[in-house]
Amino acid sequence: MTMKLHVDPIACAGHGLCAELLPEAIELDEWGYPMLAASVPARLRGHARRAVSACPALALRLTGNDDRGEGGPARAQ
Amino acid sequence: MTKKGSVTRLTAGWRRSGRPASLHEHARQHGQLPPLHSGQDLIDEVAAAGLTGRGGAGFPVGTKMRGVAAQRGPKVLVANGMESEPASRKDESLLASSPHLVLDGIELAASAVGAETAHLCLPRTGGGLADLMLKAVEDRRRHQVGTVPVEVRQLPHDYVSSEQTSLVSWLNGGLALPTGSRPRPSERGVGKRPTLVHNVETLANVALIARHGADWFKDEGTQEAPGTMLMTITGAVAEPGVYEMANGALVGDVLSAVQADEDVEAVLIGGYFGTWHQVSEVAGLPFSKAGLAGVDASPGAGVLFALPANRCGLAEAAGIARYLAGQSARQCGPCMFGLPAIAGDLTQLADGRPEGEPLDRMDRRFGQISGRGACRHPDGAVRNAESALSAFAADARAHADGRPCLAARQGRQLPGTEPATQGDWR
Repeated sequence: MTMKLHVDPIACAGHGLCAELLPEAIELDEWGYPMLAASVPARLRGHARRAVSACPALALRLTGNDDRGEGGPARAQ
Repeated sequence: MTKKGSVTRLTAGWRRSGRPASLHEHARQHGQLPPLHSGQDLIDEVAAAGLTGRGGAGFPVGTKMRGVAAQRGPKVLVANGMESEPASRKDESLLASSPHLVLDGIELAASAVGAETAHLCLPRTGGGLADLMLKAVEDRRRHQVGTVPVEVRQLPHDYVSSEQTSLVSWLNGGLALPTGSRPRPSERGVGKRPTLVHNVETLANVALIARHGADWFKDEGTQEAPGTMLMTITGAVAEPGVYEMANGALVGDVLSAVQADEDVEAVLIGGYFGTWHQVSEVAGLPFSKAGLAGVDASPGAGVLFALPANRCGLAEAAGIARYLAGQSARQCGPCMFGLPAIAGDLTQLADGRPEGEPLDRMDRRFGQISGRGACRHPDGAVRNAESALSAFAADARAHADGRPCLAARQGRQLPGTEPATQGDWR
């Protein structure tokens, strides 16, 4: 199943680490804030989790992860 | 400030001087506060009347009242008189002219849904408005009119602080900023109680429906948009001010009724979160939610600005963009940085001194800002700017090529476009 990234726009401070770690699905706008692809293909799950865990502001979330139940937030360990 | 329009319901008895109607004058004009036989009866009557919210969103009032009445325990009513839309004066005019009609509506709506307290929210910068309302509340207490105590509250006056979640947050001791999240105020609002939030014009209409009934209400307006609407009409019209119009009147008829200049070619519909249009595009459309939906416009809080022929629409839009950029709560990056960026682009364009390709740059930036904030503030700002580039497409091209119109040097006419100095949301 497909996974989806979500950003909390108030928490996000535009550090930009997520786009470094997952350029396939995250692009930064001209002010350095992430713009997310509509979905994340399953093959990028590991990279997506790393991007989530690298966020210094804890603003990024991944949902729809198949081994964590439908629609639930996935926490990168 | 207040001008006689084509219909006189909410505006009945308004004085040229703007002096408020006393309790006695109010009773002579509209009759005594009607007794409430049962809350359900009034809610049913309001629903049958088809009254929709007059604060901008246009949600059905009966549905909202039913939702709050159905919750358990005591409720709270919040009357929204913040009027954060810079181009609107209708709430201020209504409160200042007919304070007791609004207070009747507060009493009736509160009683109908089972609210034991009511808060009337007013802007802190509202001059003598709060004093006037405090006096009206005191007069009612002395004459034993109504039973629900009304607290007059004065809030910070910023564009986003009049949003209903902002009011609830502030009344609960927090900042007057939108929270944007659940629970909804109707489920868990002020003091964790189910809270009914209505605009003051909406509540004044409830007071009239309680007196005259749903059928009377529907005698004015259209089937889709019954009743009347207070409109703030400014720009190139004979007398800028607040008018009461039949809901759903054609835009062209409204412009004729207020004697707009013959050479007016463009209008701003709905205010600073509204949209710019050529008159030829909208003249034949009803000024209502459904009537304007086809051109992606909305009546908002009833604002109509007729752009004078000697003014530049791009300069006005740039002023709006700067104002809205200054009103960002600065919580989300795309709003905090994106709105000043497009305000800068539009200002360069209006001045005819663009750097690079301003039209392409704005087009890209619009797509990078919309939908990326916690609230809809950035979306509204983008919508206004985008509509200006579309309504004034030929001008925009000329300005972008370094050939600004002469009108751009005339300055702007819309109010409230100075840079905001806020930042205190307490």
